[in-house]
Amino acid sequence: MRDQIKDVIETSDVALFMKGTPQFVMCGNSQRALEALRRAGAPVTAVDILPDPRIRQELSALSGWPTIPQVFVRGELIGGADIVEELERSGELERTLREKLGDELIGEERVVAVA
Amino acid sequence: MAVRTLAELLEAAFPGDEVLVEDRTGGGDHFQVTVVSPRFEGLSLVEQHRLVYDALAAPLTDGTIHELRISTKGTE
Repeated sequence: MRDQIKDVIETSDVALFMKGTPQFVMCGNSQRALEALRRAGAPVTAVDILPDPRIRQELSALSGWPTIPQVFVRGELIGGADIVEELERSGELERTLREKLGDELIGEERVVAVA
Repeated sequence: MAVRTLAELLEAAFPGDEVLVEDRTGGGDHFQVTVVSPRFEGLSLVEQHRLVYDALAAPLTDGTIHELRISTKGTE
């Protein structure tokens, strides 16, 4: 499972580990992060951590970040909902996305499962 | 978990700095914490929030904090 999580982090342009899915969000903070990323046009790859408590345990062990959601851009931890919103307000979120992803910024939202 | 307990943990980690803890729902598990500290100068937001998480590691690990919102600022 840890390898799968690592793989999602490393191979996704923008990975969002959240409670629920973009279609059915189960937590306010996950919603806040998702909406900020959508407004910035990020091609989000979402992972629902709720199906198995081990997903969150393994994720936090990898990232050293205790809370959900967690946002990664090209393998680098950007932060949780508060940071993503703060970066959006300062314009840095879009800047970072464009810098790291370039034209690939326009992509599709997708959901992947880890087990 | 009382607001006071969280505030004490943060005050111990950030002595002399501005610490504010709010119970967002009144239920003792959804908190907004604000810390203004010179220790944040020059650090990324991820690094700043990590310092706050470190201070609150115990209540985060044992599950007494259900939801945490963090706002950090440097003093300059």
